[in-house]
Amino acid sequence: MWFDRLLQGVLDTLLMVGVSSLIALLAGIPLAVILVTSDKGGIYQAPLINRALGAFVNLFRSIPFLILMVALIPFTRLIVGTTYGVWAAVVPLTIAATPFFARIAEVSLREVDHGLIEAAQAMGCRRWHIVWHVLLPEALPGIVGGFTITLVTMINSSAMAGAIGAGGLGDIAYRYGYQRFDSQVMVSVIALLVILVAAIQLGGDRLARVLNKR
Amino acid sequence: MSVVSLPRQHPETDRPLAEQRELHPELNKAHVRFIGVGKTYGELQALHSIDLAIARGEVFGIIGRSGAGKSSLIRTINRLEQPSRGRVLIDQVDIGDFNEDRLVELRRRIGMIFQHFNLMSAKTVWQNVELPLKVAGVPKEDRRRKVRELLDLVGLADKHHAYPAQLSGGQKQRVGIARALVHDPEILLCDEATSALDPETTQSILGLLKAINQRLGLTIILITHEMAVIREICDRVVVLEHGRIVEQGPVWEVFGNPQHEVSKTLLAPLQHDLPQELRDRLHSSPATAEAAVVLRLSFTGSSQEEPDLAALFAALGGHVRLLQGGVERIQGHALGQLLLAVSASALDAERLRQRAGQWAQQVEVLGYVV
Repeated sequence: MWFDRLLQGVLDTLLMVGVSSLIALLAGIPLAVILVTSDKGGIYQAPLINRALGAFVNLFRSIPFLILMVALIPFTRLIVGTTYGVWAAVVPLTIAATPFFARIAEVSLREVDHGLIEAAQAMGCRRWHIVWHVLLPEALPGIVGGFTITLVTMINSSAMAGAIGAGGLGDIAYRYGYQRFDSQVMVSVIALLVILVAAIQLGGDRLARVLNKR
Repeated sequence: MSVVSLPRQHPETDRPLAEQRELHPELNKAHVRFIGVGKTYGELQALHSIDLAIARGEVFGIIGRSGAGKSSLIRTINRLEQPSRGRVLIDQVDIGDFNEDRLVELRRRIGMIFQHFNLMSAKTVWQNVELPLKVAGVPKEDRRRKVRELLDLVGLADKHHAYPAQLSGGQKQRVGIARALVHDPEILLCDEATSALDPETTQSILGLLKAINQRLGLTIILITHEMAVIREICDRVVVLEHGRIVEQGPVWEVFGNPQHEVSKTLLAPLQHDLPQELRDRLHSSPATAEAAVVLRLSFTGSSQEEPDLAALFAALGGHVRLLQGGVERIQGHALGQLLLAVSASALDAERLRQRAGQWAQQVEVLGYVV
């Protein structure tokens, strides 16, 4: 019985983190590309857009997840129709993870040697060629590393979401471990989280290493 | 490999370049022309009104110390740098107001190689060379043929699977050269292309560039801070200092008889000087009657012949010792210096100087040694 409950918790956590990280990945990379290329000296220089976007990202990054989650309740209800359960947690998780990941990906994109961009221009690349054939492939190992960090951070956040009724491992630990003093459940949840995080970190590191040809 | 592409109005694109030059004297007009080109970065004036014409098919060197404006100047040719003033003409066309489409088209006619190679680290050698063709939408079959042809040309056919990190500096620059030539450009820009390489590798890369210039007839424009590079492959050279051209001419002329201080400084590492031990013993007046006169004979290249030593020594009389010296040929001109010590001659220093003047373009009495 408690095993089923734990399994369900793992699946819920994976679902929450999986869906929202996928959205964060798809939204965060374009966001990072815009942040880098619109900056001063970038290939699509646009200081106003850059500053506005930067401020927007910083705004969301500065709100603690617990507060963000509560503040977003009306918005969540609008999007998924409920404020309870896994799908309701996906909304604040995505909104928190996207700017977080975008900033990390931005750093990797900025680290691409300017000489490579110059070489690409000299060989007759258009600007979107530079994004697609130079910036993204060169930054990929760093982006993978950044996504790994994002995933781990999101598992952390998803536990918090669990505490306000999103389900997942956090929910189980809160209800059984904290409210009912069931230390067996508590220890199992911690063990599962450690295994989950270790697996993600290991996989991410390995992938980044394979991709890094430098 | 196809001959360098020519302006569209010339129909005989498959004739050899030399023949075309005879048929179309207008081809001898400047390939690249700078008219009053200036560049400012905020307060800093990097280039002051540069006027320069570079002929089709020549190897043209731009030399200067760091910060002289070489990098800015060469980058105005493919508009990686936009001049603040003046115009750059390529084949008599002003490139100043080109939009992105025309710039992309222009840059495919101009290859460029870099000091730090600037290869994509995430791509293999093959993918690096293929990239310019890929972004130009060249069909896969043509790409494969062209990449193979160029990797053969630079001698890296067996390395096409390697990543740049697995190559030596010289090999990386060869990949850079292959990548730069993949569109059959008419101009090759070299931005300190050998400055990060050891002397031996530098020689082999310069040899490759020279061969490419002769085989494909493309115009090579290079910037460097090393006179040895200029001597090795250039036809003409300009010396740049604080964003101004301070000296220009055929390489043998600038080497044989540098006028500007900067040119002399840049040439110093290549020149023979009096050994320190002798310099310490040098006196400005003869201490004894047996003191030897030390002469510096300079050959500035105005003569095509190397000095006739037997005749020279006979004219000077007495014992002539060679202290230091060397003569080399640059573009068919004999250039160099001889440092001689003449003793037991019947002639005094001034007469020796005059006699030696028949063989060398410049003769200097450095002093006397005992």
